[in-house]
Amino acid sequence: MVAGYNTISMGSGRKEFHPKKDRPGLEDYIKEAGQGTLKMIGGAQNVDECVIGNFMASRFNRQANLAAFFPFIDEGLRYKPAIRVEGACGTGGLALMSGIKSILAETAEVVLAVGFEVQNTVKAIYCADFLAPAGWAAMRKDGHAYFFPGQFSERAGAYFEKFGREMTRKGFARWYRNAIENARLCPTAQEYHNTTKDLEAAAMVEPNAKAFLENLTALDCSKVSDGASAIAIMSEEGLKRCGIPVSDAIEVVGFGQVEEDITKPPPDKTALTTMKQAVSNALDFAGITIDKVATAEIHDCFTVAGIMAVEALGLAEHGKGPEYVIAGNTARDGKFPINTTGGLIGWGHPTGGTGVHMAVTLWEQLKGRAGAAQVNIPDDRPYGLMANMGGDDKTLVSIVFKK
Amino acid sequence: MTYEERLQHVSVLGAAGKMGSGILLLTAVEMADLSLKPGNKGKTFVLNAIDMSDEALAGVMRYLRAQILKIAEKKVNALRQIYTDRRDLVDNDEIIAQYIFDVMNVVRPTTRLEAAYDSNLIFEAIREDSALKVKIFSQINQNNPKQPWFFTNTSSIPITVLDEGAGLGGRIIGFHFYNPPAIQKLVEVIHSKQTLKEVDEFALAYAKNLRKIVVPAHDIAGFIGNGHFMRDILYAVEVVHILMDKGMSIAEAIYATNRISQESLVRPMGIFQLIDYVGVDVCSFIMFVMNPYTKDEEIHSKLLDKLLEQGIKGGQYSDGSQKDGVMKYEKGRIVAVYDPLKSEYVPVSQMQAAVEAKLGAMPAAPAWKAVVGNKAKDEILKPYFTQLKSADTLGAEIARNYAKKSKEIGKHLVASGVAYNDADVNTVLLTGFFHAYGPINEYMD
Repeated sequence: MVAGYNTISMGSGRKEFHPKKDRPGLEDYIKEAGQGTLKMIGGAQNVDECVIGNFMASRFNRQANLAAFFPFIDEGLRYKPAIRVEGACGTGGLALMSGIKSILAETAEVVLAVGFEVQNTVKAIYCADFLAPAGWAAMRKDGHAYFFPGQFSERAGAYFEKFGREMTRKGFARWYRNAIENARLCPTAQEYHNTTKDLEAAAMVEPNAKAFLENLTALDCSKVSDGASAIAIMSEEGLKRCGIPVSDAIEVVGFGQVEEDITKPPPDKTALTTMKQAVSNALDFAGITIDKVATAEIHDCFTVAGIMAVEALGLAEHGKGPEYVIAGNTARDGKFPINTTGGLIGWGHPTGGTGVHMAVTLWEQLKGRAGAAQVNIPDDRPYGLMANMGGDDKTLVSIVFKK
Repeated sequence: MTYEERLQHVSVLGAAGKMGSGILLLTAVEMADLSLKPGNKGKTFVLNAIDMSDEALAGVMRYLRAQILKIAEKKVNALRQIYTDRRDLVDNDEIIAQYIFDVMNVVRPTTRLEAAYDSNLIFEAIREDSALKVKIFSQINQNNPKQPWFFTNTSSIPITVLDEGAGLGGRIIGFHFYNPPAIQKLVEVIHSKQTLKEVDEFALAYAKNLRKIVVPAHDIAGFIGNGHFMRDILYAVEVVHILMDKGMSIAEAIYATNRISQESLVRPMGIFQLIDYVGVDVCSFIMFVMNPYTKDEEIHSKLLDKLLEQGIKGGQYSDGSQKDGVMKYEKGRIVAVYDPLKSEYVPVSQMQAAVEAKLGAMPAAPAWKAVVGNKAKDEILKPYFTQLKSADTLGAEIARNYAKKSKEIGKHLVASGVAYNDADVNTVLLTGFFHAYGPINEYMD
């Protein structure tokens, strides 16, 4: 993969964001990201196929038939094959998988993958309606007003009960601090302008069940974001065609794409079992163990998901995630930096774009292109890993990249 | 009659006005919430929104819808519980839309006073005109067989005058909301000489359900809120004259007084801005109503008269933005001050430097925003007022005297029997006027 491009993740937190003022539409985001990548690969004529990932434009923007936006990005994409994929918040990962499979099937040498979501068209309370179909619709009626946050608040509650509330909440707070500190180093991040002094203290404020959730505060949640990301997926032949040296690209060395039954509750509320499976598949495919990985982009839609993801990756034992995070291991100067530009909580979570954003960030990190957000990639650990999740641990894509 | 039965048929008089529309909103929500209780299925709840103009009623229905939407969005979690049996309502937006319908469905807008003839409870928020209120109360009382209760929102007329004038036999209580009723937490409750015990009990229950803070006041014109506010205005006018004697023009003096009463006293608004907010005409009218009942005191301002003669009224547009009054506003900022001697607005930019030079250096006051709601506000205010006490400038002297006068007015309200105690005076100013500290304090001692 090569030529990654992220737009700004727009929404609350950005100085230029004002909920009552006009903002760019999905067309602007798609076009900016798509053109950003096309420019780096020598233009649209080099592209064989396109894939666009989006979760819920049909409700956020009253827009479907999204593959037909490729010729809008660039006239050169007219009459080329394109598809749209959807897997809730795991959509971006599915877009990447679709491209990877086209390359593996040798039906394409160059695939343009775009992922986006433009969510600030409605208030958060209606945003919750639009995101709820990531879970089983039959559960919605009796769910929380903020359906998904409600589900993860339950998970947090279960984790508190099993492993202790105080240590876990401290782990959440440290997770939040890392996310914001990393976002401050990335100009496209939604929390780039964040100036809060004591981040952990802010995150330790008690949750208010009446106003929001029983076990999580707003700071435990990912952002409501407008944004798009794009990347090119290529064979070596494709790289040649685009005149890009192999050394500019990161290699896909393994992936795990896993689905769990949407109608079933999680087998263990304190663990992301499907993510664990996907990551394990990806690592096995790549023939490596987690200790060869230098950094990861993981799906922290909530702090509690971040903590449980650390365990799903095998970095910490079940129940020890909070301690691992509190010790600073996942911070940018730690043993295993995670979400180096802020992740879903710090950089933002334009739902359908997040998986693509993860790949773009890993491309930047593994190739030394991450600017102020660059972390150390040791030579003996030349791998990066992403884990993108759709729904409550239902649709999972994990990909291992090599420097 | 139980609390719920009482609220099954209600009328709001003056429902399209600033106060009436807020009372209508709160009552509609309370009634709809009762109607949605499982035990109340099939019972009807009727709230007449009575006002004189169809156009204004159409406007108030738009206001209601917008406000109920906000309320519903805030309590959507509770609403999901309330509508748990409505399996057809799944998304938040469906639940919110249903709630808006259910609240609006209680309200019957009408220009016919006769609608109130069937009500158990009448909220009144019409013009501050004692004779008009008595006339309407009598008319309803004579034609309504239900012996209705009257909740008047008067801010200045003694309740006993209305009770006796309309022959209500104690079926009346002063239930004085603060503006805007939907937001302000304070309600002053005032008894007439004969207010019935059950009316009082209902009033307290109703206030509690609306999550209001109740402060009882004695039945003396102006009660606590306007008792302080009107005298505060009269003192501000005195200050204007003092500053004019020191060589300021009247516009400069008004500007200076407004700034000192806001910044140096750490209040949310200066006194002349507050007059504009309430309306010059309304302030003047409240004084007119209060004056006959205040002995040894002249509650009347020639300056307000002069402003009104020149058409300077203030008040707000229907969207809540400030109309020009004693001062001119651009996006909420004060940009000019009216000079009633020259009948023109003088831009602030023309006089600011001169006024500041005349007032002299002022100790840096904490911003009202930083103090109000701050648990440690005493630690911010004490050192500030200590500095103010020792500052040797005209501005500091004016500010000190202003603070002392405010305390004196508060003390007078207790001494003259309007308020039961110092704490009640402070509560009214803290909650009804959003002051950061009560006027009865020891900062200036």
